[in-house]
Amino acid sequence: MSTVKLPIAKAITAGLRDAMRADEKVMLMGEDIGLLGGVFRVTDGLHAEFGGDRVVDTPLGEAGIVGTGIGLCYRGYRPVVEIQFDGFVFPAFNQITTQLAKMHYRTRGQVRVPMVIRIPYGGGIGAVEHHSESPEALFAHTAGLRIVTPSNAQDGYWMTREAIESDDPVIVFEPKKQYWIKGDVDTDVRPATGMHSAKIVRPGSDATLLAWGPSVSVAREAAEAATEDGLDLEVIDARSISPFDVPTVVESVKRTGRLVIVHEAPVFGAIGGEVAARVSEQCFFHLEAPVLRVGGYHTPYPPARMEEAYLPDLDRVLDAVDRSLAY
Amino acid sequence: MSVFRTTIPEHADDEPLIQLVAPDGTRTPHEELDAAVAHLTGEDLRRYYRDMVMIRAADLEATSLQRQGQLGLWASALGQEAAQIGAGHAARTQDYLVPTYREHGIAWARGIEPWRLLDVWRGIAHGSYDPYELRTHPYMLVLGAQVPQAVGYAMGLQRDGLVGTGDLESDTAVLTLFGDGSSSEGEVSEGFTFAASFQAPTVFFTQNNQWAISVPATVQSRVPLAQRSRGWGIPSVRIDGNDVLAVYGAVRLALDAAREGEGPSYIEAVTYRMAAHTTSDDPTRYRARAEEEEWAAKDPIDRLRRYLEAQDEVDEEFVRRCEEEGHDLAMALHHEIHAMADPDPIEIFSHVYADPHPLVEAERAEFERYRSQFEDAGDQAASESAEEGRR
Repeated sequence: MSTVKLPIAKAITAGLRDAMRADEKVMLMGEDIGLLGGVFRVTDGLHAEFGGDRVVDTPLGEAGIVGTGIGLCYRGYRPVVEIQFDGFVFPAFNQITTQLAKMHYRTRGQVRVPMVIRIPYGGGIGAVEHHSESPEALFAHTAGLRIVTPSNAQDGYWMTREAIESDDPVIVFEPKKQYWIKGDVDTDVRPATGMHSAKIVRPGSDATLLAWGPSVSVAREAAEAATEDGLDLEVIDARSISPFDVPTVVESVKRTGRLVIVHEAPVFGAIGGEVAARVSEQCFFHLEAPVLRVGGYHTPYPPARMEEAYLPDLDRVLDAVDRSLAY
Repeated sequence: MSVFRTTIPEHADDEPLIQLVAPDGTRTPHEELDAAVAHLTGEDLRRYYRDMVMIRAADLEATSLQRQGQLGLWASALGQEAAQIGAGHAARTQDYLVPTYREHGIAWARGIEPWRLLDVWRGIAHGSYDPYELRTHPYMLVLGAQVPQAVGYAMGLQRDGLVGTGDLESDTAVLTLFGDGSSSEGEVSEGFTFAASFQAPTVFFTQNNQWAISVPATVQSRVPLAQRSRGWGIPSVRIDGNDVLAVYGAVRLALDAAREGEGPSYIEAVTYRMAAHTTSDDPTRYRARAEEEEWAAKDPIDRLRRYLEAQDEVDEEFVRRCEEEGHDLAMALHHEIHAMADPDPIEIFSHVYADPHPLVEAERAEFERYRSQFEDAGDQAASESAEEGRR
């Protein structure tokens, strides 16, 4: 029996473990990931199994973690580095955007940097500042990086495996709020669709809700709630931020005529706007309403006692659906 | 009397500067470094002399080519030849060198012809030589960013069992080079931290050429740079960077110690950037002519020649032949650059990712569609013109 029920965090742990067993060049690096098992315990038990040379507790220095990881790639290693929280990735921003993303390009393919950066991201856990951000657009804007975000345990396992197997650098944004939500994981049978395909997680005909990471569950709940009003909403889990599976969204919008995009990142300048522009280009004559976006505001992530108002929730999504249908 | 302790010296020169050959060519003994250079023969030193002459000739020619519009920019290494040729030759073949963008002498010592460096400055490519074949990392324009990467490479060497086996032919170390300006970057500090934490076989080599564009090293650091790494527990030394023997000896010792498993070390090579920061810079705005003249008297090439003359290791004929070969190299460089074709712009889309990426593929197709309109238009104009001719 290959299917087991695991929380997302443990599915990722299983993905890391199996990748390390399959390829001795795979190694983990990060702050507190060894003996402690990571602040979210995602690397729990791996130090004991693989030792300190493959599960490396690093000094506290994000540029150093990513930078040394890049150097290890030059020696043929496949480092999986953990950035402890989303808002702490910025000290490593230079290494990620000017180095990791461009090394293959600037060496005309002679140097590969098959590194994975795991970043627990998103809000809703009542954390202090810098612990709840959604910076995916800042990285998606940089060519050379691949960016994915699992929303369920099965993707937690397989995206981890596929990201590690990729010869390109991959950032995996892990929805920390949902680390402990359980789901079925089949660790034997690789899904037919790769990590860069979007997935229709709920078919529907009246409008399309597009979401990723932690927002997928919000979109699903909204779609369920909308059935009470006789609405049949389609929900798409984008799964991949770069490349973005625009065709799946376009096909859906051509059927439903309406698109509401849901993500936690501030709406201005975010990925939702990029997708809206592309859908407008490709679905101009199919759209019954402008593409609407529901997300964070143009403010820093607020203190925890206000984050409920900041984060897109079921009601804000349904409000956007109503506005879309009103056209 | 304060509980706080510091050792900021009144003068940078309070930190000793190790020199084996004085500007007038006289030899100063130094027990430890003498041992590290003892195996060098007259032939080796003549080679280093020739290398310095060659790389200077290429450097001057590259500056000239920039003035002629053949290069978008050039960063001259004039004056730093001893630091680079000495360090480059001190590395063993298997060592991995991780430079900044001014290390033309390092490239030369690794067998990379100067014209293979020029694609970056001409705007043809971001780099082209094979870093693995030549054990030399591509040039780095983001200052200091290569330093933690060099440490990561060294951590890989440890994992690959290439450190501390006692076999000097296979044990390997990393030499990373950066300037006094780069040493202010945070990533250099993180590089120190990781190298010290893991005792990674890394040698940090700063060419202190005194100027970070217009900002002098004295503004960059209140202590001689050599003292900086000591806070990390990384041993360091300050050497005369215009003295090829001292550079060779210090780098050799540091790399051998690293490959033997003794961990990282740091070298400050005190030298001088005789030319501008780059061809876009104007040093007359910020530094005194007298300072340049003072350093010209410490020239690394003249110095080695004087030393070798005193040893009867060179004669006028050898010096003249080196000059001629330098001239020939400059001419070769001139011809090579004029022969460099601009790449097909479709290459913009090549190697962005190792595996296919649908957005890049789509944009490549869109670019081809857009371009084909003009090609068709061009073809049509040509055929109309031919038609016109027939009439």
